[in-house]
Amino acid sequence: MVKPSKQIIRPYGDRRDDGVVQLSFTLPVPLSEKAKEAAAVFTKKMGFSDVKVAAAERAADNYTFFVVYARSSVALDYAEIDVPEVIVKKMSFDDLNAFIKEKVGRRIVVFGACTGTDTHTVGIDAILNMKGYAGDYGLERYPWFEAYNLGSQVPNEELIKKAMAKNADAILVSQVVTQRDVHKDNSRQFIEVAKAAGIHGKVQLLLGGPRVDHKLALELGFDAGFGPGTKPSDVANYIAHALLKKMGKEPQDMHYQGEPK
Amino acid sequence: MPGPFIEDAQIEHARKLAEEIVNPIFDLIRRNTTVSTERTVLRFFGISGAGARGVPLANLMVDKLKAAGVLNKGAAYWYGRALHLGAKSPLEAVERLTALPTDKLGPLSPEQEQNLREEVRAEARAAMDDLKSRVAQRNALREQFPMSPAPHKYVIVATGNIYDDVDQARAAAQAGADVIAVIRSTAQSLLDYVPHGATTEGYGGTYATQENFRIMREALDEESRKLKRYIQLTNYSSGLCMSEIAFCAAYEKLDMLLNDAMYGILFRDINMRRTFIDQYFSRRICALAGIIINTGEDNYITTADAYDAAHTVIASQFINECFAKRAGLKDWQLGIGHSYEIDPYRDDTLLLELSQAMLVRRCFPDAPLKYMPPTKHKETDIFFSHAYDVMADLVAIWTRQGIQLLGMMTEAMHTPLLADRYVALKSASYIHRAARGIDEEFTVREDGKIANRAREVFGKAMQLLQECRDEGMVAAIGKGHFGDVKRSETGGKGLDGVLEKAPDYFNPFLELLEAT
Repeated sequence: MVKPSKQIIRPYGDRRDDGVVQLSFTLPVPLSEKAKEAAAVFTKKMGFSDVKVAAAERAADNYTFFVVYARSSVALDYAEIDVPEVIVKKMSFDDLNAFIKEKVGRRIVVFGACTGTDTHTVGIDAILNMKGYAGDYGLERYPWFEAYNLGSQVPNEELIKKAMAKNADAILVSQVVTQRDVHKDNSRQFIEVAKAAGIHGKVQLLLGGPRVDHKLALELGFDAGFGPGTKPSDVANYIAHALLKKMGKEPQDMHYQGEPK
Repeated sequence: MPGPFIEDAQIEHARKLAEEIVNPIFDLIRRNTTVSTERTVLRFFGISGAGARGVPLANLMVDKLKAAGVLNKGAAYWYGRALHLGAKSPLEAVERLTALPTDKLGPLSPEQEQNLREEVRAEARAAMDDLKSRVAQRNALREQFPMSPAPHKYVIVATGNIYDDVDQARAAAQAGADVIAVIRSTAQSLLDYVPHGATTEGYGGTYATQENFRIMREALDEESRKLKRYIQLTNYSSGLCMSEIAFCAAYEKLDMLLNDAMYGILFRDINMRRTFIDQYFSRRICALAGIIINTGEDNYITTADAYDAAHTVIASQFINECFAKRAGLKDWQLGIGHSYEIDPYRDDTLLLELSQAMLVRRCFPDAPLKYMPPTKHKETDIFFSHAYDVMADLVAIWTRQGIQLLGMMTEAMHTPLLADRYVALKSASYIHRAARGIDEEFTVREDGKIANRAREVFGKAMQLLQECRDEGMVAAIGKGHFGDVKRSETGGKGLDGVLEKAPDYFNPFLELLEAT
């Protein structure tokens, strides 16, 4: 493979390569000239130059909120950024249904729930419910998916038991509450239960939530992770392709638009 | 007032339908009690401590009485019997009492029975007076340091550590917040007890405990004095312990509680009967303590679509209002909930949101109303989200909302940073200041989009109310009419905590609360 030529880039504020960055943060000190200087020093310590403390506001008696503009001299070679190329375009609702019908030849069974103590169904509802999210239909609407949304506060054991009873192809775990990393603890417990039940590595195990990303999901033992902004169609496309890979009908190194990275 | 849109007679008719819907449920409420209601009675008598391994004494006692099969006479009755046994503590007395063979638990002589009840009633009156004097202390502070004009800016603290929450609450008050809500640990709704003590390591919030309430209210009292502006405190009277939490909140001088007649049924899968009975006693306590309740209709349109399900919000509000009035709450205590949740990529959403908020204001002219910000369609582009929240600020002042939960620009990412609250408070203050009185300057045309949409939504709400009246509330919930969630009368958690009252059931607090 020919190495692509260098493409050096820096942030673009008002002029090419000016390196302008906007920052905002709070320091636990009362508003004063000293506080403003502290904000400037903090920003310089991060490696910025031309620091301009644009706003210093008394957020409370002992807290000052800053908006800062500064320049960064950091540059990077865009050509060296390695993200797998998009090969397959994401399929539309109709195309994906037709694709599953042709390639899989049966409905894909998906179970989802917000497990553990988490009561927030907004994520799992957006992906699974008929209505979907932002005009993107949920999996229940796809005739070639058989989707079950078990709701919130579902024990991991129960989700896995119910999914196994219907020979699920994929299980979606949603975790919204992230305080003190409760989502990680619960997700690890889910994987332990999945391992004990013998479905780990067999059934697709997907994790979703506002503080979830693909990397975290992989670390925790899931097959994929979906973060904020994920649409039901992203998940639907992922599940279909992953299933086909498992069935040996698609190459393992195939990449497609919208897959978790 | 932005508009009639709807004839007075129609609104009256909606209220009448709500009453007919709620009536049969009051038969259930009158005939039954619950374990949590009985625990509340014991808490009124001062039994707020915890035994070994942190189990609340109220739970130990009620569980023992339930196991002995005598709880249906009322915990207050057995409290009286226990005191007569001369034990050193009420717990010890109940232990002895329930250890007695069943034939020894029979009624006393009619005269003794009469005397016992009179003694317990006297003690109940004293407990009630104590509670009232605490509420009076709160009211005095409120009068000494008046609140800012409405909409009262409501923000959330959610660190999971009550002491960190205190720091954030003070900072929020200093930045202009009028109401502090301490987020409750998400798991608490399904606990059939109120945890004891201060929370320092909560998941997704702190527990609603009497001690946490005390710690936060004490800090806010201090802050109110400092700022010369009373800062209100709210928490959640929901889940399996609605009335116990209401008591703890009343005792610790809270100002508001999230309290909905149906929320637990729909969104926490708590049994219907249990919820209906518990909500009544909890609301009786709120009525006495001058606590403003916040109903949860905003939740319907985070699950169902806000445009399509707008009428379910209105219908539910009439039902919630009726339950509340039947429990003695006054209009000024009804923070009827609704929210700004229509998909912002539709056309005309400012008009649609105004229409909905104006309709709620039209239906409930004397209630403070509780307005909730966008959440479902919030984006991680914080600059867009901030602009989106500001529109909700405008609708709030335009429709004279009493309480406005401020949107946070980082809603789609994490619990608010300290600065997020500051930014939200600063811009809400600006919008409220800039547009106060706008409703009196602009009249809304009766033949325009806003009025027509309001009539359409109200019409559908009336249809739904009629359906609920004809089929009954239970069937309506069973069909998923509210929040797209279906529940059955005997499903859900907590049904085993519902007991039919014995003919000589005794609850002096209910007697006193219903008499006021």
